[in-house]
Parts: sequence; C-alpha cells; structure tokens
Amino acid sequence: MSISTLAMNLSARVVPMQWQIKAAHLAQKTLDRIGLAAKIPEFVESPLPDVSTLAIEDIDVSNPFLWRQGLWGSYFKRLRDEQPVHFQKNSPFGPFWSVTRFDDILFVDKHHELFSAEPIITLGDQPAGLAIETFIAMDPPKHDKQRQAVQNVVAPKNLKEMESLIRQRTQEVLDNLPVDQPFDWVSSVSIELTARMLATLLDFPYEQRRKLVYWSDVAAASPETTGGQVERDEFFPVVAEVAQAFSQLWRDKAARQNAGEEPGFDIISLMLNNEDTKDLIHRPMEFLGNLALLIVGGNDTTRNSMTGGVLALNKFPQEFDKLKSNPALIPNMVSEIIRWQTPLAYMRRVAKVDVELNGATIRKGDKVVMWYASGNRDERAIDNPDDFIIDRKGARNHLSFGFGVHRCMGNRLAEMQLRILWEELLERFDRIEVQGEPEYVQSNFVRGYTSMMVKVSNKNRS
Amino acid sequence: MGRMTFIEHDGTRHEVEIEADKSLMQHAADNMVPGIDADCGGECACGTCHVIVDHQWFAKTGAINGNEKQMLEMTPEGAPTSRLACQIEVTDALDGLVVHLPEFQM
Repeated sequence: MSISTLAMNLSARVVPMQWQIKAAHLAQKTLDRIGLAAKIPEFVESPLPDVSTLAIEDIDVSNPFLWRQGLWGSYFKRLRDEQPVHFQKNSPFGPFWSVTRFDDILFVDKHHELFSAEPIITLGDQPAGLAIETFIAMDPPKHDKQRQAVQNVVAPKNLKEMESLIRQRTQEVLDNLPVDQPFDWVSSVSIELTARMLATLLDFPYEQRRKLVYWSDVAAASPETTGGQVERDEFFPVVAEVAQAFSQLWRDKAARQNAGEEPGFDIISLMLNNEDTKDLIHRPMEFLGNLALLIVGGNDTTRNSMTGGVLALNKFPQEFDKLKSNPALIPNMVSEIIRWQTPLAYMRRVAKVDVELNGATIRKGDKVVMWYASGNRDERAIDNPDDFIIDRKGARNHLSFGFGVHRCMGNRLAEMQLRILWEELLERFDRIEVQGEPEYVQSNFVRGYTSMMVKVSNKNRS
Repeated sequence: MGRMTFIEHDGTRHEVEIEADKSLMQHAADNMVPGIDADCGGECACGTCHVIVDHQWFAKTGAINGNEKQMLEMTPEGAPTSRLACQIEVTDALDGLVVHLPEFQM
C-alpha cells in the first residue's frame, strides 16, 4: 500500500472522499509545476506504416491508433507468425512483452503464481497520485475474497430473475428507434442499454444513468494508462464526483438498512452485507476501485459488442440471412460476436519469476501483455479466424473473457444482454444497415466505437 | 465397456458409454450432454464443466488439485462434492458413476 493510500484510509472517517481526491489532484499539479511529476505521454495521430516495412523489434502494438486505423490485424499476424512472444523495449508505456498466440495466452492467464495481476491490468500505469485498488488487479488470496463478495450479483441464478426486466428495458429502447432514417447506433442503442443495465445493478438513480457511462469512459482513457484522450484536469474531478455520488449512495443504503429495511439485491447492498467489504467505505482506494471495476467492466465491453455485432453482420451479410432463417443460432452467435469483437484487447501481468515461454526468456519484473484480440484471431487455434461465422463450431472457446481466477465475472450477464438484444431486434427489424464507416475509440485497451450510423427497416408484419 | 450417467438439473438423464483416455468433460461433449460448456477446452481454467458428483462416488473421482479447488470456489453453484469434469480421468473403475449438472455454469 502506498503512503498516500494509507493516509487516505486513515483520514477516511473524517474527511469526505471527494476532498481527498481534490487534495491528490492539487498535489499532482504542484509536483508538475516544480518538475517532479512523472511525464505523461502525448499521443498525436499520424498514419502508421505497413507492418511489412518494420523491423520486428520496432513493432509497437501499444500504439493507441492501431485499432482505429484498422492495422491491428496485420501487426498481430506478423508477431504471431514470426515472434509470438515479442519484446518491445521503447514504448511510451515502458518496455513490455507481447504474448500473441492462443495457447501461450492461456498459459499466462492460468498461471497466476508466475504472473501477477498487480498493480494494474492496463499497459500503462494509473494516473499518478490515485492508485485505486481493484480485485481484477489483485492476486490470490486477497483477490478471491473480494471477488466472492460481489460475484453473486451477476450469478446466473440472479440473472434469471433479472431477465424480464432487461427484456422490457431493451424493448422500450428498440420501440423508440427511428425507422428508415439514419441514427447513431452507439448512442441510441449500445450506450443507452448499457447505462440502463448499470443503473439497475448499482441501484443508481435511473434518470442520471448516462453519468455512469461518462464516468466509465473517463476512468479507462488516461493517456498514461491506455493511450486515451482524457487529461488529468478532467480525470480527477470525475473521480471526485464518483466518490461523492457513491459515498452518498452507500451511506443512504446503510442508513435505510439500519432503520430495518430489507437489503436490496444491488452491488452496494451486497458489499454492505459482506464481512470482507462492509467497511470498504473507510478504504477509499479500494472502494473506488471495486466500483470502477464493475462500472467499466459492464460498460465498454457489452456496449462495444452490441455495436460490433451489427457491424459484423454488415460485413458478412450472408450470416444475417442465416440468422433470420434460424434465430435459434442467437446464443452461438453471441459467443462469436464476443470473439470477433474482443472488446478489451488485452490484460497485463508482471512476471513474478523468470519464465521461459515459447522460446523467449521473460525476466522477473517484466511486464507481460496477453493480447486476447490476437489470440482470438490465431489460425493455430481457430479456423478462418477473421471470418464471422454465426454457427461456428466451438464458438465458446474464445479468449475474450480471459481464463483462470480472473475470468470475467459478468460473462453470463453479457451473454444474456446480447442474446435479448438480438432476439428483440429480429422480432422487429428486417434490415439493420450500417451507413458509412464507424468511428473508433483511441485506445490500446478498449476496442470500441464512438459512433456508428445505421438505418433500420421494419419487418413486414402480417 | 461401462456406463456413466449425467443428470440434468431438470432430472433428464443421459447415459454415456465409457471410452478410454477421455476426461469426464470430453465424454459429456462427445455425447452432446447439454449443460457442460467447457469454454477453455479442458484446461481447468474456466469452471464451465462443473458437475456435482453423487456422494457415494465422490472419493473415486480422484484428488482435487489447487487449481481446480480455486476455480470451484468461484462457482456460485458450488456444493461439497463439486468437481470440474475436465479434471476427472475416466477409467473402468467409474463404471456406474452418477453426476448431477448444476442449474447454471459460471
């Protein structure tokens, strides 16, 4: 635990969390002014070279424009073929290893005793002065305890209870879409549906649900963390706002519960009623970390798969015909969408000991990046991996949820949301046409879309 | 060759014939037993081939290693005789084995 985190924990009972964060922001500004702060990388987009023109050691897949410029496929294919465990020594995020083949990624993911998830799972560090702690970036046994405290909220048994509510909210969104005229699918469908879901899970004020999406976008997009565009002066105030909103939500719930109200089935109530997390409010970096994890985890991922599925069916139109003639393929297609999109490009680890992996010697302390996006296109593990095939055999055997103790906790919720979306879409629309090119997120982590214009046509209902 | 029985959560029974050199998970997959996803393909890394072994058979299914234990602890549907089917090596000694499938895989 860092000294600043310790200080926050000690003062948490008397100083509101949002003030602590403001103080941390001010401290960073001061360090900046006197020249003591770590340098934040700046990213300015320019066209990236064709990968065939580069020496292998110069390939840098941490570039946040690789996805937007549509070059990630060729860059990773070359690494998979020529140097599947590849070292880049000069990236803006420091030196790091890239693991790009399916089987090697599975190996790293499984072996948490060799590869630590601490202190963070993104390529770069968190913004200085605000080291939030979350169980996705903790090793066992602490990880296991914190995860167990919240995993029931998305356990399949409870999802069954939530299915009709999710369906109803999906129907409302789809019934209000404009027909036969272009609109932005990302904002009107993907973001709106994810915001509704998050507000439900957190029991967050429903009318303020889009705030959750904005906060999540800011949380995952600092330049030093993922190569994103959020500056520190935007980042810190947002974290302070999150801290204030959720401290209040927490204290309100605690008060209502103390007054005899039955605890609800939302994330805050679950944490309040678990031995390991009931005092989380007094550990601000953990409190924020766990909330950030659940919000970001439920936001970028499902949202971009909601968009990616429509894009994939437009790129492979014969698959849309196949789907319409056999809607029973939806569950299998959902897995294929999640593979094809791979909404989070990677997870990062740090070697705990020297490890030999596929001919390379990774040294203790080195950063190791498991590129799920590459493994999901590995020809050695998946037939015709660039094709989107809704009845693909073994579609569930993809890397997008990760493997091992950090495997995605919300996987079943994500699959259910996507399944319901497609069931309801097929009920209503005969065509969903993408108009022009979508716009892509700037990030080496989130493989997302900022907008995608589409036009839908009603089914002829007889 | 012997036989084993998978019982779905709704009571549907599936009898399968024992084949040499296959895990219990592979027996389920090759015989189209529903409710075993096996997302990681038998690597003890996803927890989606969870089965609950009939009490009398539990001791015969072999030891549980640390990795399997850890994955099982993450399963909300866990029970005292839970196992991951990919970690159960099937031999003729399991002739007559009965396992129950949870309502949901994690």
